[in-house]
Amino acid sequence: MVDATPAPLVNPRAGQVALRWLLFAILALFALFYLMPLFVMITTSLKSLDEIRSGSLVALPVQVTFEAWRTAWSSACSGIQCEGLRPYFWNSVALTVPAVAVSTLIGAVNGYVIAQWKFRGANLIFSLMLFGCFIPFQVVLLPMARTLGFMGVAGTIPGLIFVHVIYGIGFTTLFFRNYYVTIPVELVKAAKVDGAGFFRIFWSIFMPLSLPIMMVTVIWQFTQIWNDFLFGVSFSQAGTQPVTVALNNIVNSTTGVKEYNVNMAAAIIAAFPTLFVYAVAGKYFIRGLTAGSVKG
Amino acid sequence: MAAWLERNVPRILLAPSFLAVLVFVYGFIAWTAWVSMTRSRLLPKYEIEGFIQYERLFAAPRWDTAMNNLFIFGALFIVVSMLLGLLLAILLDQKIRTEGALRTIYLYPMALSMIVTGTAWKWIMNPGLGIEAMVRGWGFDEFAFDWVIDPDMAIYAIVVAAVWQASGFVMALFLAGLRSVDEEIIRAARVDGIPTWSIYSAIIIPSMAPIFLSAFIVLAHLAIKSFDLVIALTGGGPGYATDLPATYMYAMAFSRGDIGQAASSAMVMMTVVFAIVVPYLYSELRAKRG
Amino acid sequence: MEAMLEIRNLDKSYGATEILKDINVSAEPGGFLVLVGPSGCGKSTLLNCIAGLESISGGSIHIGGRDMTHVSPKDRNIAMVFQSYALYPTMSVARNITFGMKVRGVDRATRASKLQDVARQLQIEQLLDRRPSQLSGGQRQRVAMGRALVRDPQLFLFDEPLSNLDAKLRVEMRLEIKKLHHDLGATMVYVTHDQIEAMTLATKIVVLKDGVVQQIGSPAEIYRRPANLFVADFMGSPAMNLIPARTSRESGGTRIEIERTGGAPVVLIDTRNGDLPEEVILGLRPEDIAEAGFRAGEEVQEVKCLIDMVEPAGADTFVVSRLAGRQVTARLHSETTAQPGSTLDLAFDLGKVSYFAQDTGERLN
Ligand SMILES: Nc1ncnc2c1ncn2[C@@H]1O[C@H](COP(=O)(O)OP(=O)(O)O)[C@@H](O)[C@H]1O
Ligand SMILES: [Mg+2]
Repeated sequence: MVDATPAPLVNPRAGQVALRWLLFAILALFALFYLMPLFVMITTSLKSLDEIRSGSLVALPVQVTFEAWRTAWSSACSGIQCEGLRPYFWNSVALTVPAVAVSTLIGAVNGYVIAQWKFRGANLIFSLMLFGCFIPFQVVLLPMARTLGFMGVAGTIPGLIFVHVIYGIGFTTLFFRNYYVTIPVELVKAAKVDGAGFFRIFWSIFMPLSLPIMMVTVIWQFTQIWNDFLFGVSFSQAGTQPVTVALNNIVNSTTGVKEYNVNMAAAIIAAFPTLFVYAVAGKYFIRGLTAGSVKG
Repeated sequence: MAAWLERNVPRILLAPSFLAVLVFVYGFIAWTAWVSMTRSRLLPKYEIEGFIQYERLFAAPRWDTAMNNLFIFGALFIVVSMLLGLLLAILLDQKIRTEGALRTIYLYPMALSMIVTGTAWKWIMNPGLGIEAMVRGWGFDEFAFDWVIDPDMAIYAIVVAAVWQASGFVMALFLAGLRSVDEEIIRAARVDGIPTWSIYSAIIIPSMAPIFLSAFIVLAHLAIKSFDLVIALTGGGPGYATDLPATYMYAMAFSRGDIGQAASSAMVMMTVVFAIVVPYLYSELRAKRG
Repeated sequence: MEAMLEIRNLDKSYGATEILKDINVSAEPGGFLVLVGPSGCGKSTLLNCIAGLESISGGSIHIGGRDMTHVSPKDRNIAMVFQSYALYPTMSVARNITFGMKVRGVDRATRASKLQDVARQLQIEQLLDRRPSQLSGGQRQRVAMGRALVRDPQLFLFDEPLSNLDAKLRVEMRLEIKKLHHDLGATMVYVTHDQIEAMTLATKIVVLKDGVVQQIGSPAEIYRRPANLFVADFMGSPAMNLIPARTSRESGGTRIEIERTGGAPVVLIDTRNGDLPEEVILGLRPEDIAEAGFRAGEEVQEVKCLIDMVEPAGADTFVVSRLAGRQVTARLHSETTAQPGSTLDLAFDLGKVSYFAQDTGERLN
């Protein structure tokens, strides 16, 4: 997608130079539209409350201060607790890392089985998993809450990991399956004749091939789980909330004055990991998005 | 035994996931469906009582609002995102040198949590200090932009934020679609002297029908599930003005202690999603086999 | 001599669809068995069954005298070359070739020396560190062969190994495979849809159609005496002329009458074959129809024919004439003066003729 540069349909002939400028102007305007909230978030987070009240939304900070960031990170109040985002940020890390790792691994094995070791019923199982990707999670919220209680992990991080893994394997399986079906079945046959078994073939032949889809899946899962709010708010309790829930609590905290700069700093902190991943591995992020919707 | 094991490794490995899906997706749906037919309140009861919960649901003004909102929000969100996405994709398809950078800018909101999006737009649309104050500061004293606190307009505020978040994604989908059209066909059309706009309207866009469908499905699906954005941006308010089925369900389940209502509203949501998604997935899966 | 490969009453179905029906085939040690047939007829499936990559629904497979019907591929002592080569994309050429030995626990020194032997034999020594993606089609093909050779198996299986190469390379590699077979003295089973490959390589050909064996025989037998219309039509290029004809008994032999529009029927007298049904399909290869005067023999009979088309093909020139509504091709020498629209005396060599039943298509003589 990145390197495809088809011939332009609008030819930059003399009379069309103006059109070309118009095109750029429109594109730039849209760029402003998309960038504006990020810009406002950053500038607001660097202002003092006084400056916010007296100045304009889009004005650059006159006096840059990192006070709001400090507060957001370590002392902002959500409800009765005033520990900032920090503990919740680490909660998110602690639940995202294992949930991503486990769901990706399961997806890889599932995809490998479904694409390359077809057996009667494998396609039905895949269809069932695929439909499962599309359910509104509201429909499993109630029974899951009871199940987590039953398993003794209600309101804990392991409980949340479990939930994310369960509802993540549909997508991870889909990703890997769609990748592995493009690999000719002869490869497995050749390896079988060479004497390799199921795991050997997976490990020596498929794993080394899987780096791109691994990246796509890990990034997809990371974004999904890090940004999740519904499961976080439904299945966590005071000390175990993920960062999105804590952010929402801080922003909607009814105690004290509204500290918009702190809210913005907190929002940026919560958004930082996924934005960072997007910045360094955007290619895989886009591929995941398109693969997740226009399933191949 | 070893041979049996060797032959059945694939089945054995897929079995846990299969069971998990069976229990945690289909079993749970069944559980919710069951409970939606009972008089469950704070705790689930298991005596089937018929459709009383659905009767209550459809009689509840709050649910009515939620469904109305879903319709307004969903329709606007889908239509505007699609139009904007298509426009951006076509504009970007004109061999723009800065395409990579622009695409990155248009798409980054998709990497954000809806809570972050909601928080940001809540601040931007803050009547006292946001856009309204800014424009008034420019001398337009009468300017008003208070959608977030206006019960009639708040739902449109949500549409704005949602479109901001998802339109770049639609752009990426459409751009991929535009690029996948056979280059030779376009060349042939240009050799035939067909003007650019009709190349788009008569050749390229019609050949992208499957992508339109995909985009529609994804957006519809997002709209029905959207929950975080409303919570962060308006909290469902003012009053219940921006309630969506998702927030209604959540409120019933976790703050009102009305499990029966929560379950029945979830079932209605699922019905709506499946009415859209099932035919699509079914045709996709069939097309792939055939 | 005991067969190296013996397939008895093999059946294979996917669900309700029968792909292979009652296959009985054997290959002698050192033999080159070619399975040939149009695409989709079940050749690859049969080869996969021999390899143990597909389970079979009925019958048995013996390799080297052992019943291998339920043995897994790795224990069948076979090696296989695939149409797509199926090289492991992330491994170097050297690792591709030695992977099988490594899996089997062969020690490093042996692996290295065997690799060297095979690389020398196939002249791929300078490629050993490359990835498959850095190789040309022909080189990939060699590596795939190397992976098979290094195994030193009882039985080599080839699934259309040359069909992804361009025409020139295909001819080269065909010769090379033939030489390899000669040098190794190994037993090979080779699948192709290309009848020329089949003719040039095989010591024994099995013609398949829709999962049913049509004929088994040496290349000469298959070519000269096709068992039915399908084989007659499929083997040989240009294909055998198959002309509907009427027969009747005469004092000198069998009178063969072929209709033609705008002219008297062609009449031929066959003195060797009697007892034919009234309606037959007469089969003559293009090379058995020559320009009058260029072919002599008791059974050669000349007929004046209207020439529709002339196709010079270098060494030969093919001319086409219409008989009984069919285009009949004759293979003439390249200096022929035949012109489209003119008439020419053609010599039909009835010594080489085949007759087929019009209803069943089976060979009659
Ligand atoms: N896994 C399968 N399931 C069902 N049918 C199959 C399968 N594999 C092959 N077939 C069918 O078996 C027939 C023979 O295929 P194949 O052996 O590949 O043919 P060939 O190699 O002669 O071209 C084809 O009609 C094909 O559609
Ligand atoms: Mg084949």
